[in-house]
Amino acid sequence: MGRQLKFEIFRYNPERKGDVPHMQEFILDETPNMTLFIALNRLREEQDPSLVFDFCCRAGICGACAMVINGRPGLACQTKTKDQPGHIILHPLPVFKLVGDLSVDTGVWFREMYAKTESWVHTNKVFDPVKEEERMDNSVAEQIYELERCIECGCCISACGTARLRDDFMGAAALNRIARFVVDPRDERTDREYFEVIGNDNGIFGCMGLLACEDVCPKGLPLQNQLGFLRRKMGITAMKQIFRKK
Amino acid sequence: MQTFYSDLLVIGAGLSGERVACEAAQNGFKATCLSIVPARRSHSSAAQGGMQAALGNCAKGEGDNSDVHFIDTVKGSDWGCDQEVARLFADAAPIEMRRLAAWGVPWNRVVPGQSFYFKGGEKFEKYEKEENEGLITARSFGGTAKWRTCYTSDGTGHAVMCTMDNRCAQLGIDVFDKKEAISLIHDGDKCMGAVVRDLRNGQLEVHLAKATAICTGGFGRIYKATTNAVICDGAGHILAHETGLVPIGNPESIQFHPTGIVPTDILVTEGCRGDGGTLLDVNEERFMHIYEPEKAELASRDVVSRRMTEHMRAGKGVKSPYGEHLWLDIRHLGDKHISTKLREVDEICHHFLGIDPRTQLIPVRPTQHYTMAGIRTNKDGAVYGLKGLYSAGEAACWDMHGFNRLGGNSLAETVVAGGIIGAKIVEFLKGYETTFDTKSINAEVKRQEERIHDVTHGRNGKLNVYEVRNEMQEALMKGCFVFRNKEGLEECVETLHGTMEKARKVGLVSDGVGANHELAAAMKLEGQVRLAMCIAQAALMRTESRGSHNREDFPERNDAEWLNRTLAYWPEGADMPDLQYEDTTPLFELPPGDRGYGGGKIIPADEKYVTERTVKSPVTEIGKKK
Repeated sequence: MGRQLKFEIFRYNPERKGDVPHMQEFILDETPNMTLFIALNRLREEQDPSLVFDFCCRAGICGACAMVINGRPGLACQTKTKDQPGHIILHPLPVFKLVGDLSVDTGVWFREMYAKTESWVHTNKVFDPVKEEERMDNSVAEQIYELERCIECGCCISACGTARLRDDFMGAAALNRIARFVVDPRDERTDREYFEVIGNDNGIFGCMGLLACEDVCPKGLPLQNQLGFLRRKMGITAMKQIFRKK
Repeated sequence: MQTFYSDLLVIGAGLSGERVACEAAQNGFKATCLSIVPARRSHSSAAQGGMQAALGNCAKGEGDNSDVHFIDTVKGSDWGCDQEVARLFADAAPIEMRRLAAWGVPWNRVVPGQSFYFKGGEKFEKYEKEENEGLITARSFGGTAKWRTCYTSDGTGHAVMCTMDNRCAQLGIDVFDKKEAISLIHDGDKCMGAVVRDLRNGQLEVHLAKATAICTGGFGRIYKATTNAVICDGAGHILAHETGLVPIGNPESIQFHPTGIVPTDILVTEGCRGDGGTLLDVNEERFMHIYEPEKAELASRDVVSRRMTEHMRAGKGVKSPYGEHLWLDIRHLGDKHISTKLREVDEICHHFLGIDPRTQLIPVRPTQHYTMAGIRTNKDGAVYGLKGLYSAGEAACWDMHGFNRLGGNSLAETVVAGGIIGAKIVEFLKGYETTFDTKSINAEVKRQEERIHDVTHGRNGKLNVYEVRNEMQEALMKGCFVFRNKEGLEECVETLHGTMEKARKVGLVSDGVGANHELAAAMKLEGQVRLAMCIAQAALMRTESRGSHNREDFPERNDAEWLNRTLAYWPEGADMPDLQYEDTTPLFELPPGDRGYGGGKIIPADEKYVTERTVKSPVTEIGKKK
């Protein structure tokens, strides 16, 4: 027989009149190979159907189920209860707008980020359906994919000191997104154009270098390296601009 | 109440939905996408393998062309597909892959020179040509004559989804997430849009459009064990089906995969078995060779799934709190092989089971995987029964998959069909003006408000939503899974009759306020049971075995009687689907024949019928040679 798990879960439904944020306790028997995906669904289906949380792929691919698990942002679907103490405390991610209980609105945040970073290939070339595809070095393709693996779970933003102090900080996810286009030869934007977007305190110069973003990234993205890479690049761009003015 | 207006309303923002929207927006129309999750979380992003397109750039893809791709697709479908559609698909796929490259997909590319690959645990070498360096490359997938599957490392769906969503942002398409369409607005003739529930606050909205496209993926979640994301619950199918005017095409056509892990049914790749992994029973003994002496674990997906089920029925399954399962053993492949060639499997075992596959067994069971079944459309993607309504991707029965879908063809279908059907929608929009009558709109909104009120206040009963849902899921697992027979299917239909009654009497335990999940589950429950009933009843009627549909009591593929497609209508107020049938395909480029794998006897179709419909095509000759 497994352990009896005690869950302490943040509860607040902003749509319910008079509701106030509070913690609620649940007890559940642990079963083999139990993940928080299984546990939370059982709690909702067997104990309290009003419990709000998000899951989608339940396989660590989509990023829907990020939450703060015993104080640390992570994906609930790939968190096994056996790796946690018998007392599991769950909070929604900070920074993002709360939808209810453990669910937050990452969709709107990320869509605004796409708009700010103009998250698409900027090119003047027009696609010609009868022509052979433009060639690309395979190592470049792999390099782009490495940066495109972000699942937009929001863990890095939630763990970011600057993002928690300031609403307008773009965060590691956005900077990683810019880096993805910087390495893509199809994107014709110049360093100066990128500088317009991230060469300020909302962008690359706002980072305090606490580096929690990479610590909590469930996909193990090289967020620190990208920060360093962009900061150097933008620093050089800034210097060039200063000298050009003189 | 807020009302939104657009030229094209797309329900679902996965790959096919966003591709359709892009086509409309590029042609100057206002397109809106609705999604219950942020678009990039769509189930499309979970597809790791790749997209089939006959580019023929890589060494093992040399000589490939759309004819060969067409033949593989038709054979794969067990002659259950519409051959006009398979042809449209195979011809357009290479162009669509190149278009995706131009939009930003980082496809893996040809690297010239010598390299190695594995097949059945054996090592082979190949040489890539210098002149092809940098072109889109391809990998091998089951059931194809050439290496044809374009990919980006192990995250094709994710990478293409990112690019497609970027393209939508660039074109200024409104992609609203946390919005669930709960019913279509129509006047019995044309579709005008949908009533939508906002999953942030529970409010209802009206979305009106000249054309509406349902692109909501599959409905695997009506089965208990499925590889599908939790959002693949059939909500899109239910919208169309409950109008009573739209049929579900081939509902009995559901694909299963042999190795979903227990308990969460995440897929571990067939590569495990391909590289020499074995299946073990409760006594940790191999069994596949008893049933399939020649191929053992390497038999096709459906065969392995069937044998596993048979073995568990014989009492050799491993009992667990999540039901019975078997073991997958890859321990003997060794650390080096597991940490390089099967890295993904290693990670799944580590993250979701907390086991080390080098020393421990992996719990697996056959699992629902794909729905070839779907909202029936014609070759333009126009849904039968309602003007202005379209469907694309897994949600649709456009019908290029017939009774079995080949790996890599589904992910390719999302964008290829999205492009073709998007263009047809543009044609439709160009020549179409409409008026929206407020009477139909108001009546539909009122009907939905009442439904929500009734279920929230337990007006129809107080049965538990999740218990009734479980009953449906278990009925399908028991009677309508990889093995089917008359007794099992009859019992399934009968059980589902009872479930239907219960589904009409559910009431919420919670108050249903805000982003309430119990309400969302309750609202689609009766529709889900209707889909389940369509599967069971259609499977009971189809007295043959074709592709994924396996009747123990009718093991032959019967072309004489069953070279047709089931259309399951649900007339208003009915308790049973109304099953009708239509010809599988208006013409044959490739007349019915042997697939070349899976075995099984074929009862041939009437020769005159086939000859009359066979057209001259280069494929006829190539097909014969195989």
